[in-house]
Amino acid sequence: MPEFLMPSLGADMTQGTLVEWAVKPGDRVHRGDVVAVVETSKGAIDVEIFSDGIIDQLLVPEGTTVPVGEPLALVRSDGRPEPEAPAAPAEAPVRPVTREPAPEAPAEPAVPVEPSTPAPAAEARGEAAARVRASPAARRRAEELDVDIGKLQGTGPGGAVVIADVEQASGPGPAEEETPNPMGEKPRALTEAPGDIREIIAAAMTRSKREIPHYYLSNWVDLAPANGWLADWNDSHPVEERLIPGVLMIRAVALALERFHEFNGFFRDGKFQPGDGIHVGAAISLRRGGLVAPGLRDANKRSLVELMTAFRGLVARARAGRLKASEMAGGTITVSSLGEQGVEEVYPVIYSPQVAIVGFGTPSERPWVVEGRVEPRWLVRVSLAADHRVSDGHRGALFLEAVTHLLQEPDSL
Amino acid sequence: MNATDLDRVIRDALISVAPDLDVADLEPDEPIRDQADFDSMDTLNFAIALSQALSVDIPEADYAKLASLSECRRYLAERTG
Repeated sequence: MPEFLMPSLGADMTQGTLVEWAVKPGDRVHRGDVVAVVETSKGAIDVEIFSDGIIDQLLVPEGTTVPVGEPLALVRSDGRPEPEAPAAPAEAPVRPVTREPAPEAPAEPAVPVEPSTPAPAAEARGEAAARVRASPAARRRAEELDVDIGKLQGTGPGGAVVIADVEQASGPGPAEEETPNPMGEKPRALTEAPGDIREIIAAAMTRSKREIPHYYLSNWVDLAPANGWLADWNDSHPVEERLIPGVLMIRAVALALERFHEFNGFFRDGKFQPGDGIHVGAAISLRRGGLVAPGLRDANKRSLVELMTAFRGLVARARAGRLKASEMAGGTITVSSLGEQGVEEVYPVIYSPQVAIVGFGTPSERPWVVEGRVEPRWLVRVSLAADHRVSDGHRGALFLEAVTHLLQEPDSL
Repeated sequence: MNATDLDRVIRDALISVAPDLDVADLEPDEPIRDQADFDSMDTLNFAIALSQALSVDIPEADYAKLASLSECRRYLAERTG
């Protein structure tokens, strides 16, 4: 019978604690459902299942710490009772992704710090709440709003209770309207765990600097065309469809990679393995320190608005500590942008086992020569750190030049 | 919409972008960006949250008018009539 295994949520993860089951035996689960909450050194993470089936048996009680790859539950592939004999090969639609060898999963340098463990909310609410399927975020929100999550009908994946359900059940709080100073309300207490995220970053960056022979290149990019194009776009679109410069940069990198495969993929087992697509990890800094780099899948195949929507969601969830396990997987390359408040240039460190990282500094207005005359222009410094075992500086320079060129023609993005 | 309701909308929008932000600690006349470490994505998400909660369009050119809590209150009070 297929097993649901303790997933690897990062190359450095060796074990995890099953803090909460979101399912019980007999529950039908669908690909993408959150089935458990696992506490790692990185915080509590919603773990999804990657196959359809029915939970047959929970092998590990809540609160147990088990190694990566250890079976957590048995999953039947359909509603029939499973014979004791090993499942016939013909019947194998259930294919937990978690079965894949864990150790070489793409490394994230760091992952969000989950502000609080969701379990206490469930305990406080008794058996009904503990058994109901709900995301940790929804449980926290229920606690805040004093909603009994056990009585809610979930509308999320597989009937899971999501934040919207909790908020709807809570309704407009009449008491809150009489609060004399609503701005003064503290949302909730948070426990910080900056130590964990620092350890993860330390481990990932030490490995990178120890193993990867980096080389660095950089270039000036004239932002006038991109800025002009963005201003026109944002002026003529509702706020939900507006773009930020960072998404143009991600898209330019993704399109350039179509012609420069040696910067897109992983260095594993002594050789380069091209990525299975162009998935751009977007480095996102967290307010309490640290950063995460969840991947934007198939960034070369998605429109700017699609990318922007996905990027916006990732940033919001990353900063709320609510990334899903499937989003924790990084990209096949990473883009790190310093944004509006920073310095001219970044010398980024590759996220092993990736083989390249592109950095964008903070745009600044500088003298620039245009057709023989000096003009003030908004410029950004783009930089590349790449793995010299896989590529050489000449190709790196051509790749950066391609990124630069694409940003001069925003209509092509 | 009265000032109390507007304050709650602003608070909820800020918390939706920065759940760990203690809104009570914000200096009303200092830029939110500096106090809450907002970047361009946060600013955009803040504008989206406000625009959806109040059903008003907020042109990009007006983002600067959302810089501090006091400016937010003033600007949104005008926009919502």
